[in-house]
Amino acid sequence: MNAGFRSQVAAVVERDLRRERRRGDVVWVTIPFGAMALFLLPLAIGVDTQLLQRVGPGMYWVVVMLFGVLVSVGRASIETDAQRDAVSLLGLDPAAAYVGRSMSAAGLLLVYEIVVGVVAVVLYNIEVIGIPWLALTLVITAVGLGLLGSLAASLVSSSSAGSALVPLLVAPLSVPLLLGATQVYEGLRLGRSILSWMLLMVVVTLVTAIIGVGTARPLQET
Amino acid sequence: MSILRGVDLQVGPGEILGLFGANGAGKTTLLRLVATLVRPSAGTGSVLGTDLTSQQRYAIRRRIGMIGHVPGLYPELTLGENLEFAARVAGVSRDEVGGALAAVGLAGVIDREAGVSSHGMQRRAEFARELMIDRDLLLLDEPHSALDHDAVELVNALVEKIAAGGGAVILVSHDRERVARIADRTVELTDGTLE
Repeated sequence: MNAGFRSQVAAVVERDLRRERRRGDVVWVTIPFGAMALFLLPLAIGVDTQLLQRVGPGMYWVVVMLFGVLVSVGRASIETDAQRDAVSLLGLDPAAAYVGRSMSAAGLLLVYEIVVGVVAVVLYNIEVIGIPWLALTLVITAVGLGLLGSLAASLVSSSSAGSALVPLLVAPLSVPLLLGATQVYEGLRLGRSILSWMLLMVVVTLVTAIIGVGTARPLQET
Repeated sequence: MSILRGVDLQVGPGEILGLFGANGAGKTTLLRLVATLVRPSAGTGSVLGTDLTSQQRYAIRRRIGMIGHVPGLYPELTLGENLEFAARVAGVSRDEVGGALAAVGLAGVIDREAGVSSHGMQRRAEFARELMIDRDLLLLDEPHSALDHDAVELVNALVEKIAAGGGAVILVSHDRERVARIADRTVELTDGTLE
């Protein structure tokens, strides 16, 4: 008898996080590169602190999106055919595999967002306001990007186009998340309502989750 | 392009079938088809009483084990962690992991990462996984390759044990002599056709 859905999701999350702990891709590659990208902009435009403070939040989210998608897609596409076959024959529900991969990617992305966020606050002197809402934005963005990256990786692995498709697939789909995240910060800074932007991010995340779960089996079997 | 043509094959419970063939004859494709990992483009077939073209074929996968010529373990995980993951997904108690690894002579290296384990050790660990999950059908692709004499004897003993328990085994190999020693029957696949 197969394990239940939740148990299979938990097994996939544990497997992925263990693999990451030993590989160290996020800690030793993605986080330093993300921090470096944030560091380069002040070098390019000079020490105009007001300008840096203005562009800082947007720059932070662009870096989160670009490197975040790479983290998410990378986590989902490091399985060989032999590993995929072995897992299929364990009776792993493809939907559980999708959710588990997305959740482990989301956990790693959250760590990435927090570390790179501290770097952005220090380098760009960004004002940290509305911490509970910002924390919620970080979580939704991490989950949304995790789901999106895993979906893109599933699409790519089931097509002959290979990884060349990833940027074309993910870039337009991540725009609502990027827009929502930047506008939430702007709304908090200017005292405007942020609910519509939060709602946009939640809806995009939910739709991605529904599509990912619904297409998990057909994509695996393609 | 059609890889297999007119293949008519029956394997009963407890039977060990040896399958031979030259490189590119379609042996691995036939194994993947029997494992329900590939859907036949034409023809009919059933595995464990389930039509190979039906949606129900997903439900029987848990009863089919396959060890390919490339190890399917995660190199970053230890041998024990690989089996723990398999146990959790397949709904087997984690307590079975230690016993399964001990049965294939790997009790002392349970904490060794698969990526730094020899090919033979990875093979044994995959056998341990199949023993632990208790399959009804076991598909083996070149199970004796890269194994020393003791490991070959161990693999043969495990295959015979699975068959004695009522499981069917299909064993693909180039090593006719070794397979003939344990197989109940052998067939030859030539250019996608069984002889």
